[in-house]
Amino acid sequence: MVPTSMYLAVSALLFVLGVTGVLIRRNAIVIFMCIELMLNAANLAFVALSRHFGQMQGQVVVFFVMAVAAAEVAIGLAIIVALFRQRETVDVDEVNLLKG
Amino acid sequence: MTYFSSVEGSLFLITALVAVVSAVMVITQRNPVYSALFLVLTFCALAVLYLLLGAQFIAMVQVIVYAGAIMVLFLFVIMLLNLDRPLETQSKLKHQRLVAGVLAAVLLVEMIYLLHRGLPTTGTQPSPPRNFGTVEEVARVLFRDFVLAFEVTSIVLLIGMIGVIVLAKRHLDEKKAAAPERILSPLRKE
Repeated sequence: MVPTSMYLAVSALLFVLGVTGVLIRRNAIVIFMCIELMLNAANLAFVALSRHFGQMQGQVVVFFVMAVAAAEVAIGLAIIVALFRQRETVDVDEVNLLKG
Repeated sequence: MTYFSSVEGSLFLITALVAVVSAVMVITQRNPVYSALFLVLTFCALAVLYLLLGAQFIAMVQVIVYAGAIMVLFLFVIMLLNLDRPLETQSKLKHQRLVAGVLAAVLLVEMIYLLHRGLPTTGTQPSPPRNFGTVEEVARVLFRDFVLAFEVTSIVLLIGMIGVIVLAKRHLDEKKAAAPERILSPLRKE
């Protein structure tokens, strides 16, 4: 049986890759994908710990995370489409109207 | 390290490698379509990891909802906006990649240290109950202990739908009011 800590290490690695993507990419859609990657890393940690402690609650929480992620993706992509209509770009460096 | 010689261990090793490598490709590919497709691969690899962890229901939902619905939405928007070409300009921040890499490495070290310290490594894991991870067990916990959260989730999804309709519908009034050229969708100009 593969120990839980190996799964948690994979989860940490995926989360850090998501953080790196958000930091270095400037395409709004790719940044959004990296956020999804971070959510999935958290889900993996939930499922791994759910098995580690032999309790179902972790898997139910993953179910809720997926539902919230679906709503978040729909709204975020609608915002990106609205942004593209206004500015004709999805480069986050170009979107600086709120900059003081 | 003996566990890697078993079937489960080697399956874990291969799947984890696929997940991590395709996650690296997601953030390094310049074309957003390739990023999206590698993200699908990461999600499928995660579904296999869920199966290894005995979470059949979550693995199926992962494939159907994430790899199916959510990534189709991503690809749809990429195609709709005609983004299937690299558009990134040079960074306006100096040494952005270097600083990001250092910060990410620090975060990784911190997370791995905390995860290893927080977990009771000695002692055997309790073997999971017989029906662990089946639809039946998930449903029992979901509709007995989490029924309020389940209802609230439906409200969240409803609000999400309303928000998307509001955000996407706005251009209809603007078109009626003889909007300036740049507000109109570029797809319609051609």
